[in-house]
This record gives sequence, C-alpha cells and structure tokens, in this order.
Amino acid sequence: MGKKILLEHINVPGIKSLDVYRQNGGYASVEKALKTMAPDVIVEEVKKSGLRGRGGAGFPTGMKWSFLAKPEGVERYLVVNADESEPGTFKDRYLMEKIPHILIEGMITSSFALGAKTSCIYIRGEYFYVSRILEAAIEEAYAAGLLGKNILGTNFSHDIFVQVGAGAYICGEETALLESLEGKRGNPRIKPPFPAVAGLYGCPTVVNNVETIASVPYIVMNGGDDYAKIGIGRSTGTKLISASGHINKPGVYEIEMGITVEDFIYSEEYCGGILNGKKLKAVVAGGSSVPILPADLILKTEKGEPRLMSYESLSDGGFATGTMLGSGGFMVYDETTSIVKNLYTFARFYHHESCGQCSPCREGTGWMEKILHRIVEGHGKHGDTDLLWDIQRKIEGNTICPLGDAAAWPVASAIRHFRAEFEEYINHPERIKEFKHLQELVS
Amino acid sequence: MSKEIKFNEETIALVNKIIKRYPEGKQKSALLPVLHIAQAEFDGWLSPETMEYVASLLRIKPVEVFEVASFYSMYNLKPVGKCILEVCRTSSCWSRGSEDIIKHLEKKLGIKVGETSKDGMFTIKSVECLGSCGGAPMLQCGASFHENLTLEKVDNIVENYRVEGKRKSYTDQDFKNTL
Repeated sequence: MGKKILLEHINVPGIKSLDVYRQNGGYASVEKALKTMAPDVIVEEVKKSGLRGRGGAGFPTGMKWSFLAKPEGVERYLVVNADESEPGTFKDRYLMEKIPHILIEGMITSSFALGAKTSCIYIRGEYFYVSRILEAAIEEAYAAGLLGKNILGTNFSHDIFVQVGAGAYICGEETALLESLEGKRGNPRIKPPFPAVAGLYGCPTVVNNVETIASVPYIVMNGGDDYAKIGIGRSTGTKLISASGHINKPGVYEIEMGITVEDFIYSEEYCGGILNGKKLKAVVAGGSSVPILPADLILKTEKGEPRLMSYESLSDGGFATGTMLGSGGFMVYDETTSIVKNLYTFARFYHHESCGQCSPCREGTGWMEKILHRIVEGHGKHGDTDLLWDIQRKIEGNTICPLGDAAAWPVASAIRHFRAEFEEYINHPERIKEFKHLQELVS
Repeated sequence: MSKEIKFNEETIALVNKIIKRYPEGKQKSALLPVLHIAQAEFDGWLSPETMEYVASLLRIKPVEVFEVASFYSMYNLKPVGKCILEVCRTSSCWSRGSEDIIKHLEKKLGIKVGETSKDGMFTIKSVECLGSCGGAPMLQCGASFHENLTLEKVDNIVENYRVEGKRKSYTDQDFKNTL
C-alpha cells in the first residue's frame, strides 16, 4: 500500500463530521500554523514540498503563492477551484463529499499564509449537493471557533463562503472563474495582469485546486522536506487519480507518484485490469485535453522504459510519443473502442464549451465537430483527416486561454497514433456497420 | 400557471444573506446563485419577467442578467418538464453505454432529446461530462446523481419520479443522494 495523505481516513465512519475529523488529527495544522508559524515560513515550507497545482497545469504552488502582491490596505483572496469539469475527472467531488473538512482546514491554513481575510470555494453547479455538504462543514467550523473572528484565540480572523457555478467548463480556467464569481459570463481575461496582482474585484488573488489546498495541512504538520520525500523526482507527494472507462474497478485512488502505469491499470489495489478480460487499446491519462496514447506507449516509453505515474514520466517523449499527467483523469479504452467516435465525443464537448471569445477556438471547435460527425456517420471525405490536422494546428497557441490547446491536442494525438482508423472510416463507409466496435454506434 | 414573479419574505432574506458575502457594491456576484433560486421557484426556467425581477433585486441592468443566463448551461430559457433527465454523453459515459440509455429514454417517453413529454413531466437532455465518470453511465435529475445505470435502473428511476410527480431542482433541500 502506498502512502496516503488525503484519503488516509476516508473510511472512518463519520469522518464527514467535525468531531470525528478532529479525533483523527484534523485541524491540527490550523493550531500549529496560527500559533507557532509566521505566514512566510508556511509559504517557504510549501515551496520546499515541491507541491504542484493539482488542477492540471502542475505549476509549483509555493511559487504561485510567492507571486501574490501585498499592497497595503488592499484585500487579498484565496479562491478554491472546485469547478472540476475536465472530462474524466471526479476526484475533487469525491474528496469534498467524503471528507469536506480537509479542504476547509487547508483553506484556513493557506489563507493565514497568504494573509487573506476571505476565501471562497467556487464549485460547479452540477455539484449542488456537494455544496450543501461543504456549507454544513463550514457551519461546524464556525461553531467550533475555527472560522470567524479571532480563530482559536489568535489575531487571525477568516470567513469562507461557497459559490455555486451554473454549468460551464471554461469556468475552471482561473480568470474565467473570477469573472463568473463577479456575476459575469465566464470569458477568460487576457493575462497579464495575473490574478496574483489583479484577481477577484481587482484585488490580489490566489486560485488553487481543491486537491492542492487539501495537501497543505500535511505539509504544515510534517514539513516541506518530508512531503518532498514522497513521490519521485519533481513529482512530489501523492496524487488523486480518477479512474474510469473499461476497467474492473472505476473510482478515485490516491497514489504515491512513481508507481508504474501497468501496476495502476492491472493491480487489484487500483483499476483491477480491463473489463471482461479484454485487451487494452488506449488510455487518456490526465483528462480529456491530454494526448491519447495507444497501449504500447502508455505502458512503456519510446525508449522501452516502464511508464510511471508522474508528471515527468507521462510527458516523456513530448507529444510525439508521450502525454501529460494533467488532472489525473485516467480514462481506459478496451480493444473494441472506436477511437474516432470517442474523439467525436471530445470534439463535441469542446465545441459546446468554447466561450466564443477567440475565433480560432469558437469556429475551429465547431468545424472539428462537424467533420468528425460526418466521418462517424459514414460521410467522411477524402482529405478530412488532413483537414482536421490543419484545423487543430491553427487553434493551438492562438487563443486567450488554454481551452483552444485543450481542444486541439486530443485531435492531434488521435490522428498521430490512430490515423489508419480515420482512413478506414473514410474509405469504407459501407463497412461501418460491419466494424465490430461500431455495431452499437450506428443506429 | 402564471403566478406573480416575486420571492416571498423567506427567499428575500436568503438573497440578502447571499449578497452580504460580497464586499459593498459587489452584489452582482450574487447573480448566479440568485438565478438558481429563481429558476427553482418559478417553474424551472427563467422567463424574461423572471430575469427582469432578478435584475431589479440586484440593482443591475436586465441585459446583464440575460447575457449571463444565456451563457451557462444549467439555466433554462424555455419552459421545461418537471424532471429534466440529463444524460451524460462524454467519453467515459459514452464508452460505457450512454447512447443506449438515451435511446431507451427516447423510446420509453416517446420524445427526442431536447423535447418535453406531453404531460409536462419529463424533458430529456444530453449533457457534457458531469464529473461522474467512475459511475458511468449516469444521469442527473435535479440535485441527484444516478450512477452505474442499466436500462432496468432507468425504468425504475423514471417510474419513481412519475409517481412522486414533483418538480426537481438543483437546489432541492431534500434531495436523496443516490451514490
């Protein structure tokens, strides 16, 4: 069994409640931080820990914190990104639903380090029932003197509220999230200025993912060096992986970074192998935006080394033969899966979710969906594969926010690794119904 | 059907409580939560009248409400059934059979995706990833997530909602978590 930091107590009966959570060591980091540590010292510990943003980008958290501007007399905010909308990702929902206080604890401790008097959880609207769980936990924390004025008798006062979104993938992008929090459409802002300088209401703001903030209590209690010993290389600590698709045991797993992908897919401790004893065809390892890899390249790097569950190993080989850890949304596809049809579901998703601000993304995602739709319906034209390739190239890097890149990468990687399958669809439309893996798809 | 578009005192108090979270003058931040409440209170959708009412409550222009309401997928700008069956169709749900679920619902209810049954009870919607990939295939109705669906399970879910006959909203306090 690997080291557990976030899910260690997940199966303790009643862990959702403040009392049971405290009996299991909960809120000790608030006590330690507020009474014995200076804010800058906590930031230093987080830097030493090597903790990287768990939402997908993997940016070093301590560094993000140290960029926060601190002008006199201006409010600062911590905003927790619980918008979790990247297809394949459901870890934050699990964490918040099962053990909400770990997030609240992390928010109080982190806010103390950042000097924020108010923090907020922005949660996607579809998770409404989870927002109720969080609100109940926050109420308990107020009643216990862990929130509000003079927390635990110290000079530090802090308020937390929960803000519910209303259905928009783009609001997971931090500046779109801030726009939404201000009651506007979720259109990403042009950066700079970065939120660390001008964020919520124009004030310095740190936006961090749920899992990132939930990791802070451990770092405060055990020190950054101790955290950095867990994991491998620059992939320190543990990571929550949302496993889904054609596997025997879908669910959320906390892994110590550095275990092999093969172990993760096939061992009983994690995914438990491929459903119905079928063969593995492909994996999307870090949420829908990251490149899809065929079985041989997800299990081993191009050099033939075992692929590991870490930021570095998953991206080994660049986009030519590698992928990314991303949000840890690990989707597994068996030998019967149509890669082209699966890509169509992604293209439809990105078209639906484009905010429409930048024309390459607004128009390009629509064109890609349209072309893929005609291909899967048996009306693909010769040259469509090249056309798709051309469109994705023209979206990538040409938009305000990363949604454009996120829409381009799945298309590029599916063509890169499974080009023959696209051509099969286009050249033999009359056989689409015969394709075993397509039978259920053609009505 | 058309009742007066006005919150009762209890709801007004809730709206004021939400506004208090934000700094002075930033009451527009309450727009998304207040639209959720309005949608739940006024027949599950946001009519132009409802949006104008919300604008007046938050002291913003009606157009600021329209532009937000039309951006987010959870707000309905047309009348809908009491129960909106939102079936996820993105990758993991698709690979575990969401198309069969949608076809089954269409046949069972005699309507297509996007339509509402004649009795006004059900609307079928196909939606993008709801963060429930581990329980694929899944559908959401109001606040409830229904996971690991089979056609038989879908039949039971539909029957239960039909018997209950109530409107389901995201904001339902008495939701049952069906995980």
